[in-house]
Amino acid sequence: MAQYLPVECRANSPYARKMDAYFRPMSLPEALDLMARHRPQPLAGGTDLYPWITGAEVWGPRPALNWLDMSGIAALRGVSATRIGALATWTEVAEAALPPAFRALQQAARQVGGRQVQNRGTVLGNLCNASPAADGVPPLLLLDAEVELASAAGTRRIALSQFILHNRRTARTPEEIAVALHIPAQPDVESRFEKLGARKQLVISIAMAAGLARWDGKRIAQARVAIGACSPVARRLHGLEAALLGATRDEAAQIIARLPLPELSPIADVRGSAAYRAAAARDVVARAVLA
Amino acid sequence: MNAMPPPPIALTVNGQTHALPLPPATRLSAALRDTLGLTGTKIGCDAGDCGACTVLLDGAQVCACMVPVAQAAGAQVTTVEGLAGTRWGQALAASFLHHGAAQCGICTPGMVMAAAELLARDATPDEAAVEAALGGVLCRCTGYRKITDAVLDAHRFLDTPPAPESGAVGARIPRLDGPAKLDGSERYGADAAPADALWLRPIRSPHAHARFTLPDIPQFLAANPGVEAVLTARDVPGRNGFGIYPHIKDQPVFAEHTVLYRGDCVAALVGTRDAVLRAEFPVAWVPLPALDVTAARADGAPLLHAHLPGNILTTGRVVSGTAAPAAHTARIAVQTSFVEHAYIEPEAGYAQRIGDVVEVFASTQAPYMDREEVAGVLGIPEDRVRIIPSACGGGFGGKLDVAVQPMLAVAAWLLNKPVRTIYARPESMLSSTKRHPASITAEAGCDAQGRLTHIHFDGDYDTGAYASWGPTVAGRVPVHASGPYRVPQVAAVARAVHTHNPPSGAFRGFGVPQAAIAQEALWDQLADAAGLDRLEFRVLNALRAGDTTATGQRVEHSVGLLACLEALRPHWQALRARAAAENARGGALRHGVGVACMWYGIGNTGMSNPSTMRLELTPDGALTFFNGAVDIGQGSTTVLHQIAAEALGLPVVVFAHVNGDTFLTPDAGKTSASRQTFVSGRAAFEAGRALRADILRRANAGDDAALSLEAGVLRVNGASLHLHETLRAEGRFDPPTVPLDENGQGIPYATYGFAAQIAALAVDTRLGTIKLYRIVAAHDVGRAINPTLLEGQIHGGIAQGIGLALMEEYIPGRTENLHDYLIPSMGDVPPIDTILIEDPEPLGPCGAKGVGEPALVATAPAIYSAIRDATGAVITRVPALPHRVLEALRRG
Repeated sequence: MAQYLPVECRANSPYARKMDAYFRPMSLPEALDLMARHRPQPLAGGTDLYPWITGAEVWGPRPALNWLDMSGIAALRGVSATRIGALATWTEVAEAALPPAFRALQQAARQVGGRQVQNRGTVLGNLCNASPAADGVPPLLLLDAEVELASAAGTRRIALSQFILHNRRTARTPEEIAVALHIPAQPDVESRFEKLGARKQLVISIAMAAGLARWDGKRIAQARVAIGACSPVARRLHGLEAALLGATRDEAAQIIARLPLPELSPIADVRGSAAYRAAAARDVVARAVLA
Repeated sequence: MNAMPPPPIALTVNGQTHALPLPPATRLSAALRDTLGLTGTKIGCDAGDCGACTVLLDGAQVCACMVPVAQAAGAQVTTVEGLAGTRWGQALAASFLHHGAAQCGICTPGMVMAAAELLARDATPDEAAVEAALGGVLCRCTGYRKITDAVLDAHRFLDTPPAPESGAVGARIPRLDGPAKLDGSERYGADAAPADALWLRPIRSPHAHARFTLPDIPQFLAANPGVEAVLTARDVPGRNGFGIYPHIKDQPVFAEHTVLYRGDCVAALVGTRDAVLRAEFPVAWVPLPALDVTAARADGAPLLHAHLPGNILTTGRVVSGTAAPAAHTARIAVQTSFVEHAYIEPEAGYAQRIGDVVEVFASTQAPYMDREEVAGVLGIPEDRVRIIPSACGGGFGGKLDVAVQPMLAVAAWLLNKPVRTIYARPESMLSSTKRHPASITAEAGCDAQGRLTHIHFDGDYDTGAYASWGPTVAGRVPVHASGPYRVPQVAAVARAVHTHNPPSGAFRGFGVPQAAIAQEALWDQLADAAGLDRLEFRVLNALRAGDTTATGQRVEHSVGLLACLEALRPHWQALRARAAAENARGGALRHGVGVACMWYGIGNTGMSNPSTMRLELTPDGALTFFNGAVDIGQGSTTVLHQIAAEALGLPVVVFAHVNGDTFLTPDAGKTSASRQTFVSGRAAFEAGRALRADILRRANAGDDAALSLEAGVLRVNGASLHLHETLRAEGRFDPPTVPLDENGQGIPYATYGFAAQIAALAVDTRLGTIKLYRIVAAHDVGRAINPTLLEGQIHGGIAQGIGLALMEEYIPGRTENLHDYLIPSMGDVPPIDTILIEDPEPLGPCGAKGVGEPALVATAPAIYSAIRDATGAVITRVPALPHRVLEALRRG
């Protein structure tokens, strides 16, 4: 699972390609030292980095790449209700015993690529790759997850909503490794993931949403909604969440159908038109929150 | 960077540990194939999109193309070669063969590895578990249903060796070339080459239309040690052009000065693999305006090929009859998209020069046409070109054109060294031919009782930059524009129009699937207008034996459409009732059922297309079938053996087989136009009969004598017959046709395949998504030589029809990979009921005719018929992606 791809590796003379360097540190301090000195590309499961290489080699040789293979760093493993390590795969997340608010994340984990990708690709890598269609982002926005970034200079935590800056751009600096996600305590409510694509398996989302609703009798007492692939960065819809408070099921459906959603700026691409995305967004949100 | 040279990596594969001196980021797939020679692991995309390279890493399935070999160190890697020796490996192999779950076989190693992961934890999984476990592997041939069945059933084959089979015509024998597809030993284009082969890298245009200047080549070579040669147009020793038609060799091996599509080839680097892949070859491009169909047809448009006014390559026409008055009329305008063949095996092969002969080993559907092209570009006689087809990892029409063959041959010829190449997935997609996008307008009418009066059809087919099979498409479409119906007046025109798009060529159906979308939609409108059930409307108008078609051909035999529709009728009624019950509940899901028919002329259109098959029986009892028909997964090797065996009167197990080597086998034409069972099958039948007659004459035995061949002893009615010489028998068949005149009158085909299909589905009216519930397919195949293989063809055709209908849209520069370009995945193909109708064709072997293309044609129209039934939405923009379905819904 690649983190974003470095620009500093692209300068090459036409006839002399530099060699790749490949580092495989066995401890985090060693890794952070290498990051500070060489700014290599962090590598976990490889499920974004290798496809990127294939794309980069279509018209000629790719730029040289320095790799930092994180797979030997035991401290980056592990999945719990409060922490997801950088090496945690989709399969590990899907199979872990996690509270009901994680259900959307676990449902997304079984819809990212095929089982081959789920067995190798990591949740953190999905965030660092920062595709607008990254299936992991809405479920984690729902959980108010924080990304822990480490460098030789120290450690910082940043909210996921602040971490992904734009299409394929994150707040990670070239010296930093995203080492873990931290998740605060969650309401004891089951979340749900809704993915919209043009085929059943192995499909990049046209739009997807994660939602949860806690009901007090017939009225919504708490709602969380996040949506992806309808803006350069997946978004929590805080305005909608507030508007849903106190709504009955029918009222909620009406609110989701009509409330202005300024957070969204869907684009047209090969998977769908902008107008379609704008309309479909409301529908996947309704299914995620109200199903 | 001052990194130390990496230590050797200890890789344990199938229980054996190897120390590999490889860069640590090397893909595990490359380590397995290139370093360890374990070529059973296939490369389809190098991007995790297709799953062909699936192996087990400590028991978990992974794409070997995305695993750095450094991360596999210390783990247990299991490949298909290792699995083949295990209990589950053997059970899976037996079950796959029994169910016909492997066709071309290129996805098969990935499928069985994914299945092995599942079965190790759950020996008797359910269908959902199979889909979850195998859904990461794409298959383009089978339609997945038989793969699912094979995995569900694998436990029954544990410790149960398969029983031998006689292989009589009509028997469901496992494919004869199957075992090698299951154990990884089959050799595809990328799986074999001389050890000292150089590597060839084509240099292609990233622009749809551009002038270009190549860099200074001596200077480039001096700066790039390891690159031995740069080949350009001036290096082609013969004609720098190839193409399907003898008089249209318009596609250059290497373009000169100007490129006409994104992917056009301008040069090739030849040298060590590392050197050619690392070299920067700076071509100076001057982009020029690129024409689409509308621009290409505009008055005064620049011409792609100076001798073709209006950029029109070919116009096909069928005009006949006079219209009766119509009580109801309907019209439609349909726009379809480029469709990519997406065979999971990218183009690959090698060439070598042996004296004054050049040998080309490559993945192909047409070895004899490849021979002609290679001889042409080298300027040597055809008998000095030897084409050795590799196993073909899917074709569907896309490997009827040469790809790697001419440039490999030129390189091997000039350098006198073996040269190989393997296209990466993006290169395969952007350089290869496509299904023609069609802009169709059509209008039709019926009388008050619903009897068709006329159809007028006009189609512009975007044939791209070079001719390829464009003339074939423009010729075939008007013949089929009426569909398999009695239509008193037909006026049909199809044009192949040159543009700066990828060459459109042959793709399962040669333009007919696009035409059927328009024509079947008109029938639905007319049926409604006349107040008739849509299926009964088709029954009323169906072509019957003794009718005359729009080309003036009287079809006397094997017109089984009515039987197909009648077989569908109970399914139609049951599915309609179910949809009505579902719809009565209300909600955003609307259920619908659709029906469509098709016909398809078998073989070339009004043109000779003979096949010759040969059998040899030596005095020591070796019986060999010399079969030049390339089995691209559809099963011709098995079917032709069954036919030859039936005609000869011996079981298939006694035959040895030589396949498709132009130095050894007689010309069986190309594997296209659904012709191998019908044309080569008849030739195989004739060869079998001729050898039998020779044997019976020598034994002085009657026609009904029983033959046997065991332990090298030939017996006739139990008495051994010693041969003093090798017996050779050839059979030849060329289907009788009459070329079409300027109004499309003639006998374009000797026989036709017929089918009718039903699609049952639900439309999510809020999201525009389609959920298919069932396909029921009734096909008149003349005679079912091998029902299992026939069902496999029908399933696979339906899957491609689903792709055409719902998701496949190739956009140059945008969808040149298998994650932006979508083909159906395992969960997209619903249960399929296959009904085989046998209305025998007297010209065919044992009554058989073809099914390869008929399988696909009716599916997309049936799906659109069902969408309209469910919602009223008429799909006119293909594919019906969710946003287009919603747009059509809003139009009403």
